[in-house]
Amino acid sequence: MDDIRLLIDFGSTFTKVVAVDLDKVEVVAAARVPSTVESDITAGLGEALTKIEANTGIGDLEEREALACSSAGGGLRMVCAGFVPELTSKAANQAALGAGAKVIGCYSHKLTQQEIKEIEAASPDIVLLSGGTDGGDEQVIIHNAKMVSRTGNAVTNIIIAGNKTAYDEIRAIFSDNSKKVIYTRNVMPEIGVLDVAPCNREIRDLFMKNIIEAKGIARAKSIIKDVIMPTPSAVLEAAKLIADGCEGAAGFGELIVIDVGGATTDVHSIAQGKPTQADTIAAGLPEPYVKRTVEGDLGLKYNLDRLLELVKVRETPANFDAIVQGFHEGKLPQTEEECACHLLLSCLTTEVAMSRHAGRIEVVYGPAGERLVQYGKDLTRVKNVIGTGGPIIFSSKCREILQSVLFHEENPFVLKPKDPKFYIDEQYILYAVGLLSQVEPEKALSLARKYLKRI
Amino acid sequence: MKKAPTIITGTVGMDAHVIGTKIVSRTLKDAGFNVIALGMQVSPEEFISVAQETNADAILMTSLYGMAELDLKEFNEKRLEAGLGDMLLYIGGNLVIGRYDPKEVEPRFKQLGFDRVYPPETDIVTVIENDLRKDLKAKGKM
Repeated sequence: MDDIRLLIDFGSTFTKVVAVDLDKVEVVAAARVPSTVESDITAGLGEALTKIEANTGIGDLEEREALACSSAGGGLRMVCAGFVPELTSKAANQAALGAGAKVIGCYSHKLTQQEIKEIEAASPDIVLLSGGTDGGDEQVIIHNAKMVSRTGNAVTNIIIAGNKTAYDEIRAIFSDNSKKVIYTRNVMPEIGVLDVAPCNREIRDLFMKNIIEAKGIARAKSIIKDVIMPTPSAVLEAAKLIADGCEGAAGFGELIVIDVGGATTDVHSIAQGKPTQADTIAAGLPEPYVKRTVEGDLGLKYNLDRLLELVKVRETPANFDAIVQGFHEGKLPQTEEECACHLLLSCLTTEVAMSRHAGRIEVVYGPAGERLVQYGKDLTRVKNVIGTGGPIIFSSKCREILQSVLFHEENPFVLKPKDPKFYIDEQYILYAVGLLSQVEPEKALSLARKYLKRI
Repeated sequence: MKKAPTIITGTVGMDAHVIGTKIVSRTLKDAGFNVIALGMQVSPEEFISVAQETNADAILMTSLYGMAELDLKEFNEKRLEAGLGDMLLYIGGNLVIGRYDPKEVEPRFKQLGFDRVYPPETDIVTVIENDLRKDLKAKGKM
């Protein structure tokens, strides 16, 4: 019998399963069934597995080895609170996004009663506190820890990743508190240094140990091996592997993954992003090599209002408003007119998400004349762009959508890719590549090479 | 014993003359201070946000190209707004263009919020030993 591995994604709408033959590095079966996380996650999973069993002849043995990721139950929802917006708050935000979280609130300076009420109402899975470089400011993080310690049951998991000098006092604050508090290294131990990896690990660990339990996702473990990470994190792992390769196999080199969805658009860049033009100075926090941004206001189903605002300045096809109303109600594009409208919106989403992710150059005028300052990553020389997510995968004009990421001469200060190759994740296997990369990186890379389609 | 005071150094604004701030940083380090060296061309906003995040006790700015006043326009208002009114502020170097009388220039920089203003060719060791330690002690920071 061939060595078959099952890889599962528990989404909010669908549970997806792929069966990969590891010897031939081939997808032998795939199934997609409506998600049942609200009632009993194992029902949908069982249904999907029955479909796969019928096509491949696999059984319990493979199912017990199956790995999964999940974005069900609203995904991994986090609130970050730091001190200075462009320093520790931003660093905490980066740490959360890099761990595959959805950041539902980001605060700076001392938290107020009103903000605590907002946080309680949002009921995040994790609250991440940062603030102060090591040996730097202690007041803000201690104040915020006190405020968070007094919250009700809406806040149960807290990660502390700030000024280590404040930790003894914070431990005392939480000493007779029932909340789960995890202490990890400072996300910004000194000015100009971003250290998010230890915090990323703690977030993922908490996700595996506590959060999937709370959301009822852990029940799936009665059938499969484990749910090891949030889905965005699996996509990020895949992106890293495809860019950098693994021992014994080279990757594609620096790349960008753009994932257009119904509610959000994610952009991942695996790139250094250092200035490529002479006389440019990089400013601000150092940029992570593996960077993920999430545009919570850009989606093709739930966030159409924002897109429509952006579309106002463009020429729209006939019947645009009526057709868009249809998308609002969950209709998928079918007629030529509908496809044209959907294409316009997909291109716009992609363009805006890419522009926000990419770095920019600002010209600063001073006594000594003009100076170019770069904020964020210079992605002009990135050579690979991979598209995923329904609106891209299922479009007949996916190349046109992906081309919206390109650099424009008329706006040369937005540092988007100039001349990349385009790929699409036609079979929706990036998450599976990410999961598989944790156990069989070389096979995972071959799988990506085989199934990412150059367009 | 109190922990070593934290001092931020850097050249302000568009000034790229980095040697002075390097000497200042090195000497402060040797004298036992915790130094956050921001290097050259540090914007007034960056000095402020770094001072907040590191809970710094003083900023020692340098400038050689004579444009410091322009670079520091509104700096004092911003740092007061940021809650850093208690932090010591020193500046030294070639603060205006051409030869100048330090006595005339000093009040202009004091107006900008600086506690001490130094002319070119000041000895940094003397500044640290005679002024900085005294000022920090007076504020209870040492």
